[in-house]
Amino acid sequence: MSSLISVNNLTRHYGDFCAVNNISFELAAGDILGFLGPNGAGKSSTMQMLSGNLAPTFGGISINGIDLLENPKAAKASLGYLPENPPLYKEMTVTEYLQFCARLHLISKSQLDNVCDSAIERCGLGDVRQRLIRNLSKGYQQRVGIAQAILHSPPVIILDEPTVGLDPIQILEIRQLIKTLGETHGIILCTHILPEVQAVCNRVQIINQGSLVYTSGIEELLNKQSTRYDISLASYVDEEKLASHDAFSKIERIDDHRFIADTELSAEQLSAYIVKQEWGLTRFEPRQTSLEQIFIDITTGDTGVTEENLGDESLQTASLEVNT
Amino acid sequence: MILAIAKREFRSMFFSPLAWVILAVIQIILAWSFFTSVDYFFSIQSELTTIKNAPGVTDLIATPLFEVASIILLMVIPLLTMRLISEEKRSKTISLLLSSPVSISEIVIGKYLGLLFFICTLLLLITLMPLSLSIGTELDLTKIFSGVLGLFLMLAAFSAAGLYMSSLTDNPMIAAISTFGLLLFLWLLNNNTASGGGTNVLTYLSLHTHFAPLLRGILNTRDIAYFLLFIAGFIVLAIRQLETQRLQS
Repeated sequence: MSSLISVNNLTRHYGDFCAVNNISFELAAGDILGFLGPNGAGKSSTMQMLSGNLAPTFGGISINGIDLLENPKAAKASLGYLPENPPLYKEMTVTEYLQFCARLHLISKSQLDNVCDSAIERCGLGDVRQRLIRNLSKGYQQRVGIAQAILHSPPVIILDEPTVGLDPIQILEIRQLIKTLGETHGIILCTHILPEVQAVCNRVQIINQGSLVYTSGIEELLNKQSTRYDISLASYVDEEKLASHDAFSKIERIDDHRFIADTELSAEQLSAYIVKQEWGLTRFEPRQTSLEQIFIDITTGDTGVTEENLGDESLQTASLEVNT
Repeated sequence: MILAIAKREFRSMFFSPLAWVILAVIQIILAWSFFTSVDYFFSIQSELTTIKNAPGVTDLIATPLFEVASIILLMVIPLLTMRLISEEKRSKTISLLLSSPVSISEIVIGKYLGLLFFICTLLLLITLMPLSLSIGTELDLTKIFSGVLGLFLMLAAFSAAGLYMSSLTDNPMIAAISTFGLLLFLWLLNNNTASGGGTNVLTYLSLHTHFAPLLRGILNTRDIAYFLLFIAGFIVLAIRQLETQRLQS
């Protein structure tokens, strides 16, 4: 089956500044792709290009098999887009607004009411359908924005920070909605709320300074064996002594008794090893390779991906996955 | 799709008080002007009977009314056009249109049509005033028609220029002021040239040069073509402008 979105060597310059540098990726049906990156990394520029709001300097985008640049109208018909700021005409009521959006998306007059009603129901807007958008709270406005993006059941849905301004219960509802939608649609979720990505997405991409620096399935990420341990030992063991043992590839001292150790051994093997050495193990904690850790590791490097960054354990696997 | 955009544009004008206030203010001012013309007509009516080929009711009441309307609307149209595109850019709602399966030309033309609907409403209200005279007297209806057509083309031209100015900026105030400046300049072009020769081109470019014959009841394809070209030119410029912004922004 062909992919819903395929992006090839997408590049965008603003004058001399390169906001998006040669990124390529694909989105298949049933994928919920979490698109992560710090502020100014090029997330929104990429989303704007995917939605036809911004022309790429270089590179190709095809949506549902149709080239966005050559045949924009047909390509955009398969697209639902919620930008960072929901594009709401605040002087209209929710129903009026959604009907206008439905007309824009070529939905026939006979289908209009059905389509709007189902979007209103899915986003929980039933109580406010006759209210002016201007008078709605931020959370409800955000939901109207989401309703607008899923209205015409497009194969591809791009959501740029959809849960901003929602209360915790609404966030759960919207996440549930996104998950449900993800079964039948391809979704790109742009956010910097990391738990959200872990909760909803099945794939993750991290973009930093315009380049894609990390791609992975969320399952692989969560199941990945920990290779880093936080251990506290009795005082008579020092850093050099630990480093002289082959079991550890890297030792980092935190204070007199506490070390961060990188090793090939599993938690079971390592604890047995340390006990056997009689170092007086007082504390032993495997470090999770959480998304947060990867995110921070990648995005705090000054120049994005450097060799040095990739020397890091967790990133070595990451870079392998980028290549695959 | 064009119609959906046009309809939304037209309705959104009435959501804000702006359209209502503009309709009311214009109606009051023009009603006053209409009233004074009628009054003037009565005061000189006896003298008119002595003149051969004297101007009729239409010339003395309807034509001046349209003339005044065109000048007042020169100031008012920029207020209507200023928000067309700039407001969408400022509130970022334009991304809804840009990510929908509609082309930029359709967006621009849709918005322009929406404004034209409003102008037709305005024009209808203005035309009703001279038409009300037909209760008591006979009017030169073809001359009124020509005047209304002239006024319509004139306002459509103002709007097209305003639409373009609105596409240049995301600040409605700046769009309004520059539209007003441009229109006033185009209007005044022919006054400057009254004295000297060699300025035929400038006279030809002036909006007023082409409006005046229509008011007098002279339907000339040259004048109509001028307005249509003027309108088409600014619409194409606005479309180009939005395309360029998508490339550059």
